[in-house]
Amino acid sequence: MSLRIIKTGVLDSIQDAGRFGWQFQGVNPTGVMDRFSASIANMLAGNNPDAATIELHFPASVFLFERPALIALGGADFAASVNGEPVPSLHPIIVNKDSLLLFSAPLHGARTYLAIKGGIDSDEWLGSQSTHLQAMIGGYHGRRLHKNDQLFFKINIDYSSILQNKEFVVLPWKVDQARENGSENSNELFVLPGREWDWLDEKSKADFLSASFTISQQSDRMGYRLNDIPLHVVNSEDLVSSAVSFGTVQLLPNGQLIILMADHQTTGGYPKIAHIISAHQSKAAQLKAGDKIHFRMTDQQTAERLLLKQQLHLLQLQNACTFRLDEFFNK
Amino acid sequence: MPQQKIYEIFPLGDAALTIDFGNSISEKINDTVLNLFYAMRQKPLPGMIEAIPAYSSLSIFYNPFIVKGKIPVNETAFGFMKKETEKFIAGFSWNETPPIRIMKIPVCYDEEFATDLERMAGIKKMDKAEIIRLHYENQYRVYMIGFLPGFPYMGILDEKISLPRKSQPQQVAPGSVGIAGRQTGIYPFNCPGGWNIIGRTPMKLFDPLRQEQSLLHAGDTVEFYPIEKNEFLNLIK
Repeated sequence: MSLRIIKTGVLDSIQDAGRFGWQFQGVNPTGVMDRFSASIANMLAGNNPDAATIELHFPASVFLFERPALIALGGADFAASVNGEPVPSLHPIIVNKDSLLLFSAPLHGARTYLAIKGGIDSDEWLGSQSTHLQAMIGGYHGRRLHKNDQLFFKINIDYSSILQNKEFVVLPWKVDQARENGSENSNELFVLPGREWDWLDEKSKADFLSASFTISQQSDRMGYRLNDIPLHVVNSEDLVSSAVSFGTVQLLPNGQLIILMADHQTTGGYPKIAHIISAHQSKAAQLKAGDKIHFRMTDQQTAERLLLKQQLHLLQLQNACTFRLDEFFNK
Repeated sequence: MPQQKIYEIFPLGDAALTIDFGNSISEKINDTVLNLFYAMRQKPLPGMIEAIPAYSSLSIFYNPFIVKGKIPVNETAFGFMKKETEKFIAGFSWNETPPIRIMKIPVCYDEEFATDLERMAGIKKMDKAEIIRLHYENQYRVYMIGFLPGFPYMGILDEKISLPRKSQPQQVAPGSVGIAGRQTGIYPFNCPGGWNIIGRTPMKLFDPLRQEQSLLHAGDTVEFYPIEKNEFLNLIK
């Protein structure tokens, strides 16, 4: 026993960086929605950035630590506390056994990531621990976490000399959450034109780039439906299905848009209007129903430059985190 | 095959590209797509993660971070991958045909499972038995597996029984056999679906623990045969 769920959250599941290589069989990659934040939580916990974390939505699960663990939280701020004492995100925290971790308010963002040093021991399928909710496999028995589930850590580490009977210890360094993606405005998403961008009439193109869109209640890990002004196409040709991807913005027959997210289907037959650039997909993952967004057109060069910048930033953070943890444990 | 370029390459965001052979449903084009897919699986492009074959297109997903590390600063990863793809296609032998498998799939057309058959018979002004016969007497090609794990897109359905998908998706049971336009498909899982359901197969379209998770592959030939409800119940156990 290591970690026990005391109260069921609304949709909490084990996710890593995704399951790739099987989309030809219709197996969608799943994985974390906000890859950037999950990577940071993992790095703070001394893990590989792509390792499995627990992705939490609000209201989130309540966890009981049955063994001590070094954890880190990244992504949304859900006002985390250990045994009633607030604990910060983006710091490594060593939690003693018999401690309760809970989340009391959705202060900012949509999803938070709990990483545990050494990793979570859960079902691997086709090379990934991500929970595939549809195929009901991977992660914790292929399903979301429920009350009384017990998770095991891959390794158990003795933290007694650091804890000295304290309930938890926050280690004295943190990382900055800045996403280094060329636009820190959390509601602005850079896009590239999709194959059917030119199907839109001129007014719809202008609307797409100037209007603000609202994320509707019909939004989940599969995709976000956007409400507001319908867009119109000049071409009514039927499209045969072809591959879509995380961040693809499709136009539904009723003129509304849908942004495909982590659990998106592998192929689709609706016009592909645009694609959210990779460097902004993580930011999009922190949006929730009611949030407003703006699209801004960019080009391939810029999209790639921003992705590179973000990846290099993550590599630097990873080096810094590894260095601080090594130094702390070897002093 | 091609002397002149019979395809277009366009970006699918900043981490994938699609090779498009034209917006159509054709066995010949689909053969080309599948040939290319199998060839690329054997000899992946640099930085490639995976490829997804569809009706008339092949999409290639790549890691732009890795690709950028291999190319001059002013070149885009997309530009590089596009060139590599064109080179691959130019040097690729088009003669191979993927092995053809004939897959026989039992379907129970009992009214308990055929939730849209009655409505369909009304719209089409046809006997239910006639719709069923036209469905199973035809042979179908699996053009692609997509949408959900193991979901086969099959065609081409007899014009007489083609029907657009429903405007409101409804919850469908696993194994449900549906019709949408001139396509027929089978839902592997319980999910909301818009295809018109005319029967159910006891076979598991997708089993995560099977060696070959997906029962059907793109390129397969499918033959349906009707079974009675008691047979269905025996087979589903």
